[in-house]
Amino acid sequence: MSYKYTLPHFFCLIVCLITLTGCTSLRGTGDLGVVIERASGSVQIVETTGRTRLQQITGLGDLSHASIVYSRDERYAYVFGRDGGLSKIDILEGKLVKRVIQAGNSIGGAISQDGKLIAVSNYSPGGVKVFKADTLELVADIPATYGKLGERSKVVGLVDAPGQMFVFSLYDAGEIWVADLKQPTMPKVKKFKNIGTQPYDALITEDGRYYIAGLFGEDGLSLLDLWNIDKQPKRILSGYGRGEKKLPVYKMPHLEGWAVAGEHAFLPAIGHNEVLAVNRNNWKQRGRIKVYGQPVFAMAQPDGRHVWVNFAFPNNDTVQVIDTEQLKVVKTLKPGKAVLHMEFTPRGEHVWVSVRDEDLIKVYDTRTFKEISRLSADKPSGIFFAARAHRIGL
Amino acid sequence: MHNFLLLALLVLVAAPCYSMADISLTRQLELRHLLKHDCGSCHGMSLKGGLGPALTEDVLMKKPRQMLLATILEGRPGTPMPPWKTFLTTEEANWLLDVLLQGQSDVL
Repeated sequence: MSYKYTLPHFFCLIVCLITLTGCTSLRGTGDLGVVIERASGSVQIVETTGRTRLQQITGLGDLSHASIVYSRDERYAYVFGRDGGLSKIDILEGKLVKRVIQAGNSIGGAISQDGKLIAVSNYSPGGVKVFKADTLELVADIPATYGKLGERSKVVGLVDAPGQMFVFSLYDAGEIWVADLKQPTMPKVKKFKNIGTQPYDALITEDGRYYIAGLFGEDGLSLLDLWNIDKQPKRILSGYGRGEKKLPVYKMPHLEGWAVAGEHAFLPAIGHNEVLAVNRNNWKQRGRIKVYGQPVFAMAQPDGRHVWVNFAFPNNDTVQVIDTEQLKVVKTLKPGKAVLHMEFTPRGEHVWVSVRDEDLIKVYDTRTFKEISRLSADKPSGIFFAARAHRIGL
Repeated sequence: MHNFLLLALLVLVAAPCYSMADISLTRQLELRHLLKHDCGSCHGMSLKGGLGPALTEDVLMKKPRQMLLATILEGRPGTPMPPWKTFLTTEEANWLLDVLLQGQSDVL
Protein backbone atom coordinates (compact mmCIF):
# COMPACT_ATOMS: atom_id res chain seq x y z
CA MET A 1 0.00 0.00 0.00
CA SER A 2 2.57 2.46 1.08
CA TYR A 3 4.77 1.49 -1.89
CA LYS A 4 1.90 2.23 -4.24
CA TYR A 5 1.62 5.83 -3.17
CA THR A 6 5.22 6.71 -2.56
CA LEU A 7 6.35 6.99 -6.16
CA PRO A 8 3.58 9.34 -7.37
CA HIS A 9 3.99 11.32 -4.18
CA PHE A 10 7.67 11.56 -4.84
CA PHE A 11 7.17 12.87 -8.37
CA CYS A 12 4.58 15.26 -7.15
CA LEU A 13 7.02 16.57 -4.59
CA ILE A 14 9.71 17.03 -7.25
CA VAL A 15 7.32 18.91 -9.52
CA CYS A 16 6.25 21.12 -6.64
CA LEU A 17 9.86 21.83 -5.73
CA ILE A 18 10.79 22.71 -9.29
CA THR A 19 7.79 25.00 -9.57
CA LEU A 20 8.60 26.65 -6.26
CA THR A 21 12.25 27.10 -7.14
CA GLY A 22 11.21 28.53 -10.45
CA CYS A 23 8.88 30.96 -8.75
CA THR A 24 11.36 32.20 -6.21
CA SER A 25 14.07 32.71 -8.81
CA LEU A 26 11.82 34.87 -10.97
CA ARG A 27 12.62 38.45 -10.22
CA GLY A 28 12.81 41.95 -11.67
CA THR A 29 15.99 43.94 -12.07
CA GLY A 30 14.90 47.36 -10.82
CA ASP A 31 16.81 46.99 -7.58
CA LEU A 32 19.94 45.54 -9.15
CA GLY A 33 23.18 47.27 -9.89
CA VAL A 34 26.70 46.73 -11.13
CA VAL A 35 29.92 47.58 -9.31
CA ILE A 36 33.11 47.90 -11.34
CA GLU A 37 36.15 46.13 -9.92
CA ARG A 38 38.71 48.21 -11.76
CA ALA A 39 41.91 46.31 -11.12
CA SER A 40 40.69 42.78 -11.80
CA GLY A 41 38.61 43.42 -14.91
CA SER A 42 35.49 42.13 -13.25
CA VAL A 43 32.11 43.45 -12.16
CA GLN A 44 29.82 42.50 -9.32
CA ILE A 45 26.11 42.34 -9.62
CA VAL A 46 24.47 43.60 -6.45
CA GLU A 47 20.95 44.15 -5.20
CA THR A 48 19.97 47.17 -3.16
CA THR A 49 16.94 45.82 -1.27
CA GLY A 50 18.78 43.35 0.94
CA ARG A 51 22.13 44.97 0.08
CA THR A 52 23.88 41.81 -1.01
CA ARG A 53 26.24 40.68 -3.71
CA LEU A 54 24.69 38.32 -6.22
CA GLN A 55 27.29 37.36 -8.78
CA GLN A 56 30.64 38.28 -10.23
CA ILE A 57 31.45 38.45 -13.95
CA THR A 58 35.11 38.31 -14.93
CA GLY A 59 37.17 38.70 -18.07
CA LEU A 60 36.07 42.22 -19.00
CA GLY A 61 39.55 43.64 -19.67
CA ASP A 62 40.98 46.91 -18.36
CA LEU A 63 38.20 48.51 -16.35
CA SER A 64 40.06 51.53 -15.03
CA HIS A 65 37.68 54.40 -15.72
CA ALA A 66 34.93 52.03 -16.83
CA SER A 67 31.31 53.08 -17.06
CA ILE A 68 27.97 51.44 -17.78
CA VAL A 69 24.65 52.12 -19.45
CA TYR A 70 21.56 49.92 -19.17
CA SER A 71 19.15 48.53 -21.73
CA ARG A 72 15.66 49.93 -21.30
CA ASP A 73 14.34 46.58 -20.06
CA GLU A 74 16.98 46.86 -17.31
CA ARG A 75 18.22 43.39 -18.03
CA TYR A 76 21.46 44.12 -19.86
CA ALA A 77 24.33 46.37 -18.90
CA TYR A 78 26.85 47.62 -21.43
CA VAL A 79 30.30 48.00 -19.92
CA PHE A 80 32.74 50.44 -21.54
CA GLY A 81 36.33 49.54 -20.69
CA ARG A 82 39.48 51.60 -20.98
CA ASP A 83 41.03 49.13 -23.41
CA GLY A 84 38.32 49.71 -26.03
CA GLY A 85 36.33 46.69 -24.88
CA LEU A 86 32.54 46.87 -25.10
CA SER A 87 30.87 44.12 -23.10
CA LYS A 88 27.20 43.28 -22.88
CA ILE A 89 26.31 41.51 -19.68
CA ASP A 90 23.07 39.91 -18.53
CA ILE A 91 22.51 41.04 -14.96
CA LEU A 92 19.67 38.58 -14.37
CA GLU A 93 21.66 35.53 -15.30
CA GLY A 94 24.99 36.97 -14.27
CA LYS A 95 26.84 36.23 -17.44
CA LEU A 96 28.72 37.85 -20.27
CA VAL A 97 26.59 37.85 -23.41
CA LYS A 98 28.97 39.39 -25.91
CA ARG A 99 32.22 41.28 -25.95
CA VAL A 100 33.95 43.20 -28.73
CA ILE A 101 37.18 45.18 -28.77
CA GLN A 102 36.14 48.21 -30.79
CA ALA A 103 39.07 50.61 -30.31
CA GLY A 104 42.49 50.92 -28.71
CA ASN A 105 41.53 53.23 -25.89
CA SER A 106 38.06 54.37 -24.91
CA ILE A 107 36.41 56.50 -22.28
CA GLY A 108 32.66 55.98 -22.11
CA GLY A 109 29.41 55.41 -23.89
CA ALA A 110 25.72 56.08 -24.20
CA ILE A 111 22.51 54.35 -25.25
CA SER A 112 20.08 55.88 -27.75
CA GLN A 113 16.63 57.16 -26.88
CA ASP A 114 14.97 54.07 -28.40
CA GLY A 115 17.45 51.74 -26.72
CA LYS A 116 18.57 50.19 -29.99
CA LEU A 117 21.98 51.80 -30.41
CA ILE A 118 25.07 51.91 -28.23
CA ALA A 119 27.62 54.66 -28.89
CA VAL A 120 31.19 54.53 -27.58
CA SER A 121 33.57 57.48 -27.32
CA ASN A 122 37.18 56.71 -28.07
CA TYR A 123 40.51 58.34 -27.36
CA SER A 124 42.40 56.25 -29.84
CA PRO A 125 41.58 56.22 -32.63
CA GLY A 126 39.65 59.36 -31.70
CA GLY A 127 35.97 59.23 -32.58
CA VAL A 128 32.62 57.64 -31.84
CA LYS A 129 31.49 54.21 -32.93
CA VAL A 130 27.87 53.14 -32.89
CA PHE A 131 26.70 49.54 -32.41
CA LYS A 132 23.44 47.66 -32.47
CA ALA A 133 22.41 47.14 -28.86
CA ASP A 134 21.25 43.57 -29.39
CA THR A 135 24.19 42.14 -31.38
CA LEU A 136 26.99 44.72 -30.84
CA GLU A 137 27.38 44.81 -34.60
CA LEU A 138 29.01 48.04 -35.85
CA VAL A 139 26.52 50.33 -37.60
CA ALA A 140 28.34 53.67 -37.83
CA ASP A 141 31.84 55.03 -37.39
CA ILE A 142 32.27 58.76 -36.80
CA PRO A 143 35.97 59.67 -36.79
CA ALA A 144 36.69 62.87 -34.81
CA THR A 145 38.73 64.44 -37.56
CA TYR A 146 39.61 68.11 -37.29
CA GLY A 147 41.96 70.79 -38.59
CA LYS A 148 43.71 71.11 -41.92
CA LEU A 149 45.89 68.07 -41.36
CA GLY A 150 42.95 65.86 -40.53
CA GLU A 151 44.16 64.91 -37.07
CA ARG A 152 41.92 62.86 -34.79
CA SER A 153 40.78 64.20 -31.49
CA LYS A 154 40.10 62.36 -28.28
CA VAL A 155 36.36 62.30 -27.65
CA VAL A 156 34.88 63.04 -24.22
CA GLY A 157 31.49 63.77 -22.68
CA LEU A 158 29.38 61.50 -24.89
CA VAL A 159 25.68 61.52 -23.97
CA ASP A 160 22.37 60.57 -25.52
CA ALA A 161 19.83 63.26 -26.31
CA PRO A 162 16.17 63.13 -27.35
CA GLY A 163 15.57 62.56 -31.08
CA GLN A 164 18.04 59.67 -31.50
CA MET A 165 20.95 62.04 -30.98
CA PHE A 166 24.35 61.57 -29.47
CA VAL A 167 26.27 64.65 -28.36
CA PHE A 168 30.01 64.68 -27.61
CA SER A 169 33.05 66.94 -27.32
CA LEU A 170 36.43 66.86 -29.02
CA TYR A 171 39.13 67.42 -26.39
CA ASP A 172 41.96 68.29 -28.76
CA ALA A 173 39.86 70.25 -31.24
CA GLY A 174 37.65 72.28 -28.90
CA GLU A 175 34.46 71.30 -30.72
CA ILE A 176 31.02 69.93 -29.83
CA TRP A 177 29.38 67.56 -32.30
CA VAL A 178 25.74 66.51 -32.43
CA ALA A 179 25.16 63.25 -34.31
CA ASP A 180 21.64 62.44 -35.48
CA LEU A 181 21.22 58.67 -35.78
CA LYS A 182 17.62 58.49 -36.96
CA GLN A 183 19.09 56.62 -39.90
CA PRO A 184 21.66 54.57 -38.02
CA THR A 185 23.94 53.79 -40.94
CA MET A 186 23.95 57.40 -42.13
CA PRO A 187 24.61 59.65 -39.16
CA LYS A 188 24.11 63.36 -39.76
CA VAL A 189 26.71 65.29 -37.81
CA LYS A 190 26.43 68.95 -36.88
CA LYS A 191 29.71 70.46 -35.72
CA PHE A 192 30.17 73.43 -33.44
CA LYS A 193 33.72 74.80 -33.61
CA ASN A 194 35.63 77.10 -31.24
CA ILE A 195 33.54 76.15 -28.24
CA GLY A 196 36.55 76.57 -25.90
CA THR A 197 39.92 74.99 -25.15
CA GLN A 198 40.21 71.38 -23.99
CA PRO A 199 36.66 70.32 -23.11
CA TYR A 200 37.39 67.53 -20.61
CA ASP A 201 33.92 66.22 -19.80
CA ALA A 202 30.32 67.17 -20.34
CA LEU A 203 26.80 66.50 -19.17
CA ILE A 204 23.28 66.87 -20.35
CA THR A 205 20.52 68.21 -18.11
CA GLU A 206 17.99 65.58 -17.12
CA ASP A 207 15.35 67.00 -19.49
CA GLY A 208 17.80 66.51 -22.36
CA ARG A 209 17.79 70.17 -23.32
CA TYR A 210 21.16 71.62 -22.33
CA TYR A 211 24.53 70.06 -23.09
CA ILE A 212 27.30 71.58 -21.02
CA ALA A 213 31.02 70.97 -21.56
CA GLY A 214 33.61 71.81 -18.89
CA LEU A 215 36.79 73.42 -20.19
CA PHE A 216 40.22 72.63 -18.88
CA GLY A 217 42.20 75.06 -21.02
CA GLU A 218 40.25 78.16 -20.08
CA ASP A 219 37.69 79.39 -17.58
CA GLY A 220 33.98 78.82 -17.99
CA LEU A 221 31.79 76.15 -19.56
CA SER A 222 30.25 75.85 -22.97
CA LEU A 223 26.45 75.51 -23.09
CA LEU A 224 24.57 74.17 -26.08
CA ASP A 225 20.78 74.54 -26.15
CA LEU A 226 19.47 71.51 -28.04
CA TRP A 227 16.06 73.10 -28.41
CA ASN A 228 17.71 75.86 -30.42
CA ILE A 229 20.28 73.84 -32.27
CA ASP A 230 20.89 76.56 -34.87
CA LYS A 231 22.53 78.78 -32.30
CA GLN A 232 26.22 78.47 -31.38
CA PRO A 233 26.98 77.21 -27.87
CA LYS A 234 27.46 80.10 -25.47
CA ARG A 235 29.99 80.58 -22.72
CA ILE A 236 28.66 80.49 -19.18
CA LEU A 237 30.28 80.98 -15.78
CA SER A 238 33.39 82.62 -17.10
CA GLY A 239 34.69 82.74 -13.56
CA TYR A 240 34.46 78.98 -13.29
CA GLY A 241 37.85 77.48 -13.90
CA ARG A 242 41.34 77.33 -12.63
CA GLY A 243 41.75 81.13 -12.72
CA GLU A 244 44.90 83.06 -13.46
CA LYS A 245 47.15 80.95 -11.28
CA LYS A 246 46.14 77.77 -13.13
CA LEU A 247 46.02 75.60 -10.04
CA PRO A 248 47.11 71.98 -10.48
CA VAL A 249 44.37 69.39 -10.78
CA TYR A 250 45.17 65.91 -9.47
CA LYS A 251 42.10 64.27 -10.87
CA MET A 252 39.74 65.55 -13.53
CA PRO A 253 36.30 66.31 -12.12
CA HIS A 254 33.36 64.41 -13.58
CA LEU A 255 30.38 66.29 -14.82
CA GLU A 256 28.07 63.35 -15.37
CA GLY A 257 26.95 63.50 -11.80
CA TRP A 258 25.60 66.98 -12.43
CA ALA A 259 23.50 67.82 -9.49
CA VAL A 260 20.34 69.78 -9.84
CA ALA A 261 18.40 70.56 -6.71
CA GLY A 262 15.61 73.09 -6.74
CA GLU A 263 16.60 76.15 -8.70
CA HIS A 264 20.30 75.45 -8.30
CA ALA A 265 22.73 73.27 -10.11
CA PHE A 266 25.89 72.20 -8.32
CA LEU A 267 29.21 71.83 -10.11
CA PRO A 268 32.62 70.68 -8.95
CA ALA A 269 34.95 73.70 -9.29
CA ILE A 270 38.04 72.68 -11.21
CA GLY A 271 41.31 73.17 -9.34
CA HIS A 272 39.61 74.79 -6.33
CA ASN A 273 38.35 73.36 -3.07
CA GLU A 274 34.87 74.53 -3.88
CA VAL A 275 31.51 73.44 -5.22
CA LEU A 276 29.69 76.07 -7.25
CA ALA A 277 25.97 76.71 -6.93
CA VAL A 278 24.54 78.01 -10.16
CA ASN A 279 21.15 79.52 -10.88
CA ARG A 280 19.50 77.29 -13.46
CA ASN A 281 17.42 80.02 -15.00
CA ASN A 282 20.21 82.35 -16.08
CA TRP A 283 23.29 80.12 -15.53
CA LYS A 284 24.83 82.72 -13.24
CA GLN A 285 26.83 81.78 -10.19
CA ARG A 286 24.79 81.88 -7.00
CA GLY A 287 27.45 80.89 -4.50
CA ARG A 288 30.69 79.06 -3.81
CA ILE A 289 30.70 76.39 -1.14
CA LYS A 290 34.02 75.71 0.55
CA VAL A 291 34.75 72.00 0.68
CA TYR A 292 37.52 69.70 1.91
CA GLY A 293 39.42 69.19 -1.35
CA GLN A 294 39.17 69.40 -5.12
CA PRO A 295 35.77 67.87 -5.87
CA VAL A 296 35.46 65.01 -8.36
CA PHE A 297 31.76 64.18 -8.23
CA ALA A 298 29.02 66.46 -6.89
CA MET A 299 25.85 64.37 -6.90
CA ALA A 300 22.37 65.32 -5.76
CA GLN A 301 20.22 62.93 -3.79
CA PRO A 302 17.15 62.05 -5.84
CA ASP A 303 15.05 64.26 -3.55
CA GLY A 304 17.47 67.16 -4.05
CA ARG A 305 17.83 67.74 -0.31
CA HIS A 306 21.59 67.19 -0.25
CA VAL A 307 24.52 67.11 -2.62
CA TRP A 308 27.24 64.56 -1.88
CA VAL A 309 30.80 65.35 -2.89
CA ASN A 310 33.98 63.27 -3.12
CA PHE A 311 37.50 64.54 -3.72
CA ALA A 312 40.69 64.16 -5.69
CA PHE A 313 44.00 62.82 -4.41
CA PRO A 314 45.26 63.45 -1.73
CA ASN A 315 41.92 64.26 -0.06
CA ASN A 316 40.12 61.23 -1.40
CA ASP A 317 39.38 59.65 1.98
CA THR A 318 36.49 62.02 2.59
CA VAL A 319 32.91 62.63 1.50
CA GLN A 320 31.05 65.82 2.33
CA VAL A 321 27.34 66.50 2.30
CA ILE A 322 26.03 69.91 1.25
CA ASP A 323 22.62 71.18 2.34
CA THR A 324 21.05 72.57 -0.83
CA GLU A 325 18.93 75.13 1.03
CA GLN A 326 21.63 76.55 3.25
CA LEU A 327 24.37 76.09 0.62
CA LYS A 328 26.84 74.81 3.17
CA VAL A 329 28.50 71.59 4.28
CA VAL A 330 26.44 69.89 6.97
CA LYS A 331 28.31 66.60 7.31
CA THR A 332 31.81 65.25 6.75
CA LEU A 333 32.31 61.50 6.47
CA LYS A 334 35.53 59.49 6.31
CA PRO A 335 34.63 56.30 4.44
CA GLY A 336 38.30 55.40 3.92
CA LYS A 337 41.16 55.74 1.48
CA ALA A 338 40.33 56.45 -2.15
CA VAL A 339 36.59 57.10 -2.34
CA LEU A 340 35.95 56.89 -6.09
CA HIS A 341 32.21 56.99 -6.65
CA MET A 342 28.78 57.32 -5.07
CA GLU A 343 25.41 56.06 -6.27
CA PHE A 344 21.97 56.62 -4.74
CA THR A 345 19.25 54.03 -4.54
CA PRO A 346 16.42 55.00 -6.91
CA ARG A 347 14.50 57.07 -4.37
CA GLY A 348 17.54 58.08 -2.43
CA GLU A 349 17.19 56.54 1.04
CA HIS A 350 20.69 55.10 0.78
CA VAL A 351 23.93 55.99 -0.94
CA TRP A 352 26.55 53.41 -1.91
CA VAL A 353 30.14 54.58 -1.74
CA SER A 354 33.10 52.76 -3.29
CA VAL A 355 36.30 52.82 -1.23
CA ARG A 356 38.98 51.53 -3.55
CA ASP A 357 41.93 51.03 -1.24
CA GLU A 358 39.86 49.27 1.41
CA ASP A 359 38.24 46.94 -1.11
CA LEU A 360 34.85 47.93 0.24
CA ILE A 361 31.50 49.34 -0.71
CA LYS A 362 30.01 51.25 2.20
CA VAL A 363 26.31 52.02 2.32
CA TYR A 364 25.05 55.08 4.19
CA ASP A 365 21.59 56.15 5.27
CA THR A 366 21.05 59.56 3.67
CA ARG A 367 18.96 60.86 6.60
CA THR A 368 21.12 59.82 9.52
CA PHE A 369 24.46 59.72 7.61
CA LYS A 370 25.17 56.47 9.46
CA GLU A 371 26.91 53.57 7.78
CA ILE A 372 24.41 50.73 7.60
CA SER A 373 26.16 48.06 5.51
CA ARG A 374 29.42 47.15 3.88
CA LEU A 375 30.13 44.77 1.03
CA SER A 376 33.52 43.57 -0.08
CA ALA A 377 34.66 44.30 -3.62
CA ASP A 378 38.03 44.16 -5.33
CA LYS A 379 39.26 47.75 -5.86
CA PRO A 380 35.75 49.06 -6.54
CA SER A 381 35.26 52.18 -8.65
CA GLY A 382 32.02 53.01 -10.47
CA ILE A 383 28.66 51.93 -9.02
CA PHE A 384 25.74 51.91 -11.43
CA PHE A 385 22.18 51.01 -10.47
CA ALA A 386 19.72 49.76 -13.05
CA ALA A 387 17.35 52.67 -12.43
CA ARG A 388 19.70 54.66 -14.69
CA ALA A 389 18.07 52.83 -17.59
CA HIS A 390 15.27 55.37 -17.77
CA ARG A 391 17.17 58.58 -17.34
CA ILE A 392 18.28 60.78 -20.23
CA GLY A 393 22.04 61.22 -20.33
CA LEU A 394 22.93 58.29 -18.05
CA MET B 1 49.95 39.32 4.56
CA HIS B 2 50.93 36.56 2.21
CA ASN B 3 50.27 38.93 -0.65
CA PHE B 4 52.39 41.60 0.92
CA LEU B 5 55.35 39.23 1.27
CA LEU B 6 54.97 38.13 -2.32
CA LEU B 7 54.84 41.72 -3.50
CA ALA B 8 57.79 42.65 -1.35
CA LEU B 9 59.75 39.80 -2.86
CA LEU B 10 58.79 40.86 -6.37
CA VAL B 11 59.79 44.42 -5.65
CA LEU B 12 63.16 43.26 -4.35
CA VAL B 13 63.80 40.99 -7.28
CA ALA B 14 62.70 43.49 -9.87
CA ALA B 15 63.85 46.65 -8.12
CA PRO B 16 65.22 49.29 -10.45
CA CYS B 17 68.79 50.45 -10.06
CA TYR B 18 68.09 53.95 -8.82
CA SER B 19 68.88 54.61 -5.17
CA MET B 20 66.96 51.61 -4.00
CA ALA B 21 68.63 51.78 -0.65
CA ASP B 22 67.25 55.25 -0.02
CA ILE B 23 63.62 54.36 -0.53
CA SER B 24 62.07 52.01 1.98
CA LEU B 25 60.21 48.98 0.81
CA THR B 26 56.97 50.35 2.24
CA ARG B 27 57.45 53.56 0.32
CA GLN B 28 58.27 51.64 -2.86
CA LEU B 29 54.95 49.84 -2.58
CA GLU B 30 53.19 53.17 -1.99
CA LEU B 31 54.87 54.64 -5.05
CA ARG B 32 53.83 51.72 -7.23
CA HIS B 33 50.29 52.04 -5.92
CA LEU B 34 50.35 55.76 -6.74
CA LEU B 35 51.66 55.02 -10.23
CA LYS B 36 49.01 52.46 -10.97
CA HIS B 37 45.98 54.19 -9.51
CA ASP B 38 46.63 57.93 -9.37
CA CYS B 39 48.88 58.40 -12.40
CA GLY B 40 46.66 55.73 -13.92
CA SER B 41 43.53 57.87 -13.57
CA CYS B 42 44.77 59.90 -16.56
CA HIS B 43 47.38 57.63 -18.16
CA GLY B 44 45.37 54.43 -17.86
CA MET B 45 45.80 51.84 -15.14
CA SER B 46 48.01 49.77 -17.42
CA LEU B 47 49.70 53.07 -18.39
CA LYS B 48 48.82 52.63 -22.04
CA GLY B 49 47.33 56.11 -22.13
CA GLY B 50 44.06 57.88 -21.48
CA LEU B 51 43.51 61.61 -21.47
CA GLY B 52 47.27 61.71 -20.83
CA PRO B 53 49.77 59.94 -23.10
CA ALA B 54 50.96 56.35 -22.71
CA LEU B 55 53.81 55.85 -20.23
CA THR B 56 55.09 52.63 -21.72
CA GLU B 57 58.85 52.16 -22.02
CA ASP B 58 58.90 52.40 -25.84
CA VAL B 59 57.28 55.84 -25.65
CA LEU B 60 59.35 57.15 -22.75
CA MET B 61 62.70 55.86 -24.03
CA LYS B 62 62.59 58.38 -26.85
CA LYS B 63 62.42 61.34 -24.50
CA PRO B 64 65.25 62.99 -22.56
CA ARG B 65 65.35 61.86 -18.95
CA GLN B 66 65.65 65.40 -17.59
CA MET B 67 62.50 66.38 -19.43
CA LEU B 68 60.61 63.40 -18.02
CA LEU B 69 61.83 64.16 -14.52
CA ALA B 70 60.83 67.81 -14.85
CA THR B 71 57.41 66.77 -16.14
CA ILE B 72 56.77 64.61 -13.09
CA LEU B 73 58.00 67.16 -10.56
CA GLU B 74 56.89 70.42 -12.16
CA GLY B 75 53.98 69.35 -14.39
CA ARG B 76 53.50 70.49 -17.97
CA PRO B 77 51.95 73.89 -18.58
CA GLY B 78 49.20 73.87 -21.19
CA THR B 79 48.26 70.29 -20.35
CA PRO B 80 46.42 68.77 -17.37
CA MET B 81 49.67 67.22 -16.03
CA PRO B 82 50.05 68.67 -12.52
CA PRO B 83 53.32 69.05 -10.57
CA TRP B 84 53.89 66.15 -8.20
CA LYS B 85 56.74 67.69 -6.22
CA THR B 86 54.42 68.26 -3.26
CA PHE B 87 54.04 64.50 -2.95
CA LEU B 88 57.31 63.15 -4.38
CA THR B 89 60.97 63.86 -3.73
CA THR B 90 63.38 64.08 -6.68
CA GLU B 91 64.74 60.69 -5.63
CA GLU B 92 61.30 59.14 -5.65
CA ALA B 93 60.49 60.63 -9.05
CA ASN B 94 63.77 59.21 -10.38
CA TRP B 95 62.91 55.84 -8.92
CA LEU B 96 59.49 55.91 -10.60
CA LEU B 97 61.16 56.84 -13.89
CA ASP B 98 63.39 53.79 -13.57
CA VAL B 99 60.37 51.62 -12.96
CA LEU B 100 58.72 53.02 -16.09
CA LEU B 101 61.82 52.94 -18.30
CA GLN B 102 62.48 49.33 -17.34
CA GLY B 103 58.90 48.41 -18.15
CA GLN B 104 58.27 47.20 -14.62
CA SER B 105 55.21 49.19 -13.77
CA ASP B 106 53.07 46.07 -13.85
CA VAL B 107 55.22 44.14 -11.39
CA LEU B 108 52.48 44.73 -8.85
